[in-house]
Order: sequence, then C-alpha cells, then structure tokens
Amino acid sequence: MKRKVVLALLIIICFCLQGTLFRGLALGNIAPNLLIVITSSFGLMRGKKEGLVVGFFCGFLIDIFYGDVLGFYALVYMYIGYVNGFFNKIFYDEDIKLPMILITMSDFAYGLIIYIFLFLLRTRLDFGYYLIHIIIPEVIYTIVITIVFYRVLRAINRRLELKEKRSASKFVS
Amino acid sequence: MKRRTKFSLPSKYLLLLVTLFCVAMIFVTFTTDLAAGPLKAVSGYVFVPIQNGINYVGRSISNKVDQLQNLQDLMEENAELQAKVDELTIENSTLQQDKYELARLRELYELDEKYPSYKKVAARVTAKEAGNWFSTFVIDKGTNDGLAVDMNVIAGSGLVGIIIDIGPNWATVRSIIDDSSNVSAMVLDTSDICIVTGDLKLMGQGVIHFSQLSDEENKVSVGDRIVTSNISDKYLQGILIGYISEKTTDANNLTSSGYVTPVVDFEHLEEVLVITDLKE
Repeated sequence: MKRKVVLALLIIICFCLQGTLFRGLALGNIAPNLLIVITSSFGLMRGKKEGLVVGFFCGFLIDIFYGDVLGFYALVYMYIGYVNGFFNKIFYDEDIKLPMILITMSDFAYGLIIYIFLFLLRTRLDFGYYLIHIIIPEVIYTIVITIVFYRVLRAINRRLELKEKRSASKFVS
Repeated sequence: MKRRTKFSLPSKYLLLLVTLFCVAMIFVTFTTDLAAGPLKAVSGYVFVPIQNGINYVGRSISNKVDQLQNLQDLMEENAELQAKVDELTIENSTLQQDKYELARLRELYELDEKYPSYKKVAARVTAKEAGNWFSTFVIDKGTNDGLAVDMNVIAGSGLVGIIIDIGPNWATVRSIIDDSSNVSAMVLDTSDICIVTGDLKLMGQGVIHFSQLSDEENKVSVGDRIVTSNISDKYLQGILIGYISEKTTDANNLTSSGYVTPVVDFEHLEEVLVITDLKE
C-alpha cells in the first residue's frame, strides 16, 4: 500500500517537473526524459509487473495532456517498462552500469518508436536528421540526469523494501 | 479483520490485458470524438496547481535575481512598451488588412464587410510538451473561463496556435511551429493563398515552412506579411503569422514555397491571449 502511494507521488512529481523545470533546463530545445528513467529503473529494480504498471501510468499522463489519442504513449511506456523487467534477474543493487545501459537503450528505443509511428508514417523520411538532432541528444542528456536521479530512485526503493521486509517479518512472528 | 487471500495476476496476462485496453482506447479516441471528460477534469485539478506552484517558485527565483541586478524597473517599462508595440502592430496589420480590403471592395462598389475586433482572454503557460518531438503546451485556463477547442491563440502581435484539447482549468495548445500543424494562410498584399506548415527540422532555425503559394505574376517578395486566410475553417482571418524570409519557385513552375519567420517568440512564451470568438 505504502509502495503504491509513494510510486503514485513519484510519478506525479516527475510528470510535473518534466513539463516545467526540465523544460527550463533544456539545452538547445532538448530536454531529458525523466519518465523513461523512472519506468526503466522500476522495471529493472522490481521486475516486469511493476515496470509495466509504472510505465502505463507515466504514458497515460502524457496521453491525457499532450497526446492526440488516448493510449498510445501508455502502450509505448508500458512495453518499455515490461522489457526492462526481464533484466531484473541480473540486477545487482550496487551496480550502476546496467541501469545506465538499459536506460540508454530504452530512451533510444523510445525515440525510434516515436519517430516511426508519429513521423515516418507522415512521410518525414529524413531519419538521419532526427537521429542526430533529437534522439541522440535526448539520450545523452537523459544519461547525464540518470547518474544523479537513479541514485535517488534506488534510495527510495531501498527504503520501501526495507519497510516491507520489516512488516513482513513482524507479520510472520 | 477479514484478509483476502492475495491473488496475483502473472505479468504476462496483465500486459496482454492492458495492451488490449490501450488499443481499445486508441481506437475509441481515434474514431469517435469521445472526450474522457471526468479523467481530464480530475487530472487537471491535480496537475495544474502543482505545475503552477513550480512555475511560481521558478518565476519568483528569477525575479529575485532580476531585482538584484536592479533591472526590474527597466524590464517593466520594456514590457509595457513591448505590449504597446504589439498592440500597435496588431492594429497596424488589421488596418492594413482593412485598407487592402477596402480598395478591393471599392472596386466592386460594395462596402459591407467590416473587419471585426475579437474578444480575448489572457492565460499563462503552465507546462510544455513532455517530449522533444512536438511543440504543444498547456495553459491555465479552460472551459471554466469560456474556452473551447479550436479557439485561436495569439501572443504579442501574432498567431501562436490553436486549442486542441481542453479540461475545466487547462487547455492544450498546438503551436504553429509544431510538426503536425498546418495553417491556411495568405499573403496580405496580394491575397494569394498558401499553406504554412510547422517542421521540427526548422524549429531550431526559428522559421516555418510555407508551400503551394500560387503566385504566377511573381508579385510576392521577401518581407511580405503572411496572415491567416479567409478560407480557413478554424483560424480567424487576418491574424499575422510572420514575414516571408525566403521564397523559391517550385519545380512545377506554378507554385512557390519557402520560409516564414514567425513574429511570435516561441522560445520564451509565458503569457498568451486566447481569442474566444470561433470561426463559424
């Protein structure tokens, strides 16, 4: 229960920051993608199911406020969270390389999906331009943010897991 | 206390279920005009205040910095003068529009048409689009303030965009530099119709693209004003979009295309005006 509340708050805060603070921090009109970082991190730290749920809600918020149709971004983020969940098996708490690699791949995949579905299908064929000017800068900026932000997410997750363990052991005894 | 045995759905099936849900939603919202009203209302009441709060903090910090630099007075004066300039530019462009129209109508011995002055509502920009691909933003007024979808949004002296989505206390605006934006426009002096299209590639250069301008006598030149056209079904007539900065004749030798420099500074958009008159 506590986890759900904390996660909901985290998603709400990040979504708000994404539209305001991070737009202010944008370099050359490119802002880092905070929501991918959360989706991907929780998929990795907690497994497929939680990644899926977090991704779905992140995407759904984007759909409500910015999307043309309801459900498209939800679907994209959800699959990203789910796929990241597969790596939960090799997740090792202290390691920061794996989350960095996964978040990079996720953001890159996200960029590709958005390009294909929202640009290529409207005959915007110049993939090279979008790759160099949008996708790659976004990925790089997102990694930079990840270095700081991932530690925050990990700390929150550790706290929650500690609490859950404690209450579980209390319940047993 | 009754404790339910914990039932947990395997993630595979959950994924499948939610996927089906999403696909259904996409179909429903794509084919019908069904707006998710209550959802939007609730989310609007949750998010808009938070975003306003963050913006308020950001603004107050930057204001403090400005005060330290003792530039506040100058800035206010500048803003006032800028507003005046904008006002006069709007007035000027309407007057010019009037003038050309008058000349044409006099030729036809008809003096019926009168250029209308529109009712406007001021709104603040609360958030910009979450990704880097499109150029939409959210403002802090909605249906509660009499706004509706398809209302035109202007800032300063020119067209910013159009409302595409709305809740009780927020509205999403698609700006004209957005990659999926198309505006039917015309050259003010000659009334030649063209299409102004936003393009992500050109966003960094601060220009937008125009095409299908049929200018057979080659009267249109660089620096001419582009305003919204009379045949558009959503945009009100005669709102200034920008000035032609480059023009080339297309390969078919009939139409020309090129670039327009918008009059609105899309990078630093903080306040906008929504025209509450809809084009009928």
